[in-house]
Amino acid sequence: MTTDVPAAPARTPVSAPRPATPASAAPARSSAANRAKPTRKNQPNPMAAALAVVRRIAQSPLLDRPGWRPRAERAAYHATKTGLSTVAAVSRTFEAATRLTAPQRPSTRRSDLFDLTPTEDQQMILDVVKDFAAEQVRPAAADADTASATPDELVATAVELGMWQLSIPDTLGGLASERAATTGVLVAEHLAHGDLGIAVACLAPASVATAISLWGSAEQQSTYLPAFVADAPPRAAFAVVEPHALFDPFAVRTTARRVAGGYVLDGVKSLVPAAARCELFLVAAQVVDGAGPAGPALFVVESGTTGLSVEAEPAMGLRAAQTGRLTLASVTVPERARITTTTQADGCTVDPYREAVRLSRVAWCALAVGTAQAVVDYVVPYVNDRVAFGEPVSHRQGVAFTVADMATELEGMRLATYRAASRAEQGLDFSREAALARRLCKDHGMQIGSDGVQMLGGHGFVKEHPVERWYRDLRSIAVMEGVVLV
Amino acid sequence: MINLELPRKLKPAIDQASAVATSVFRPISRHYDRAEHARPSELDMLGAVVDGLNDAGQGEAGAAGVRRSKGTGENRNGSNMSTVLSIIECCWGDVGLLLSMPKQGLGNSAIASVANDEQLERYKGKWAAMAITEPECGSDSAAIRTTARLDGDHYVLNGEKIYVTAGDRCDAVVVWATLDRSLGRAAIKSFVVDKGTPGFELVRLEHKLGIRASDTAAFVLKDVRVPKENLLGDPEIKPEGGFAGVMQTFDNTRPLVAGMAVGVARAALDETRALLEEAGVVIDYDTPAEHQLAAAATFIRLESEWESAYLLTLRSAWMADNAQPNSLEASMAKAKAGRTAVAVTLTCVELAGSLGYSEDQLLEKWARDSKILDIFEGTQQIQKLIVARRLLGLSSQELR
Repeated sequence: MTTDVPAAPARTPVSAPRPATPASAAPARSSAANRAKPTRKNQPNPMAAALAVVRRIAQSPLLDRPGWRPRAERAAYHATKTGLSTVAAVSRTFEAATRLTAPQRPSTRRSDLFDLTPTEDQQMILDVVKDFAAEQVRPAAADADTASATPDELVATAVELGMWQLSIPDTLGGLASERAATTGVLVAEHLAHGDLGIAVACLAPASVATAISLWGSAEQQSTYLPAFVADAPPRAAFAVVEPHALFDPFAVRTTARRVAGGYVLDGVKSLVPAAARCELFLVAAQVVDGAGPAGPALFVVESGTTGLSVEAEPAMGLRAAQTGRLTLASVTVPERARITTTTQADGCTVDPYREAVRLSRVAWCALAVGTAQAVVDYVVPYVNDRVAFGEPVSHRQGVAFTVADMATELEGMRLATYRAASRAEQGLDFSREAALARRLCKDHGMQIGSDGVQMLGGHGFVKEHPVERWYRDLRSIAVMEGVVLV
Repeated sequence: MINLELPRKLKPAIDQASAVATSVFRPISRHYDRAEHARPSELDMLGAVVDGLNDAGQGEAGAAGVRRSKGTGENRNGSNMSTVLSIIECCWGDVGLLLSMPKQGLGNSAIASVANDEQLERYKGKWAAMAITEPECGSDSAAIRTTARLDGDHYVLNGEKIYVTAGDRCDAVVVWATLDRSLGRAAIKSFVVDKGTPGFELVRLEHKLGIRASDTAAFVLKDVRVPKENLLGDPEIKPEGGFAGVMQTFDNTRPLVAGMAVGVARAALDETRALLEEAGVVIDYDTPAEHQLAAAATFIRLESEWESAYLLTLRSAWMADNAQPNSLEASMAKAKAGRTAVAVTLTCVELAGSLGYSEDQLLEKWARDSKILDIFEGTQQIQKLIVARRLLGLSSQELR
């Protein structure tokens, strides 16, 4: 890569044409109020500071020892690469072509038999996802991890296969007549079997559509969902996690301060997939000095809004998802940006943010299950082939028992995840099941990742084999909140 | 559709078993833990009630042979699932007392699974225990040394059996013996030996760490003559078949033993939760573990392992109901449930402090009861071998 700032690609407008501009140009303002806003005082110019550091290193005589200068230059490049912010991608204009009078919600169905068999429809979707994961995702995974980016064609294929429409009501052009949490889990699981990072890149934008489908107002659905079912749907991200220790999604530090006509958002969000390319964000922020329900609320924020900036935030894993940090500096959003639904279709009260956190945890569990399955599937033939002391290492109980434990815990992770999703989809309280599934997937998912490397010995540690990537990716389950939804 | 909640139609059976656990087992639980080898006469009446219910077609709380059902293509939640659920509830009450339920012995399962019609009729209403283990042979059941020699119309049995559950209280014992040691497992058959047969002597009742309400007996067989009609199943020595058939009983009972572990672990979790709440500990499923008290975070961790064991157990029973081969899943369930019950019950003692350790509460008893569940009917290590061999496609010669 020659630049760390990808230009925002030209997009087909939904309702109004707009010029394609590179990301570094000033984005179109959406309101006069933003244009008049003063910049914050006493803020050091980050670019100047970064360049000063680079200048000092470049002048050092130490760098003239053979081989040092290129290495140091690479280091400086990386330092500035992560230190420099860019403004967020320009977004299209989101406008409702037709207005709904009431929000469209998928229905729930109850089952009265214990059953582990997917429906025929689910099986058809799964067969397609499995092919995609095996034939396109997995072969691209190592390069995507190295390049810290998922090829656009893969995301486009995921869109074509309908993965962004699984939870959008069919009355609005999506695929959902009923709640599809279990289908979402199955899709995420099988996609992650190809690669977790690429799966996140492919599924993250859908989370914003899902949230608006489940909890958006009629106006929000009219404004944003048509874009997701049209050609070239927008990149989007559901941002919850923040960069401080002991992060609690129910005590976020991003604030939303009430002002006339809307809210002003301030804060920082961490590990946001493809942040620099998103046209739409769903941001968790705590409303201050306001009445209403306690706890954070969700705000739909278009990327062109003043005050948003993005910097690259590469992490231990999920590299193909191109994670970034999103800074909100006095970002003004209108009243209608806030998700305010408090009742479900059946009349029961709902806290959308709490539901969203729980559903995203279930989604991360599904991703963990698929990745852990990939580890087990890779390890089994390996230990049967690898010979040491005159026979395959699989003949040793130490190895065989580890494989048995990996597979057993994986099955438990899977069943617990399915249970949480199935309860959610039937409109049953699933807070307990989501918590238990998350705990299992955090602990055992990581253990499986670690065992995967261990079973390959030294070969597991090098990038010739995928187990080291799965080790890195599986650690994300314990850390991530938001980002994906089922 | 994928659904892991229990069907309403099984609620009566579950409630019935739960009532037994709460109103019959729990009140006498500590008494029979202390009075080891005293016969729990309270269970005789319960046995009669269970019989009555089963005969009337209303009860599901029996150790009926869990036979393979034929697949119909339609999803079934049948007797395998209902039996597992009943066992979970009963063992929430008391594992030892469940094992002491009259006419619910492992021998009864064996008879129900492989007996012919004449044998089924003859042993109807009898309580049958199962005798496999010998002093030198536990996991290696194919190497048993008790012999059976055909002599006219009788088989003559000689040997020693230990760890026979309900050995004292039962009416008959299903004894594994070999027709010819040189022919290995193919020559192993099971014989029903009625109590009182000359030469068949109960020599010892074990004093145990847990499940003390259950009588565990040792027998000596010295020239015990049993009619040849008492051989269960096929008397021919076939290279395949016979032994596998008997081992298949274990395929079917493994989920039940897993269920026992799930039940006792649930008892410990329920009791511990109540104690923690009394102490002001709030257990929150949404708040990150790092923001809760360590006791709450530990509780959630234990509960998540329990959930894994519970669902694995349900799955293996569901597969049996739907005629899906479930040997791998049954072993996974037993392995996970066995080790989880021990970990959960022991950690609950720790969380409960002196209330967990003292005989004043039942928590310490459950921590003693749970240990055997990771050992009998296939130890943790044997279950792992079975799981590993299946996953890796290895024979018992390759992976030992």
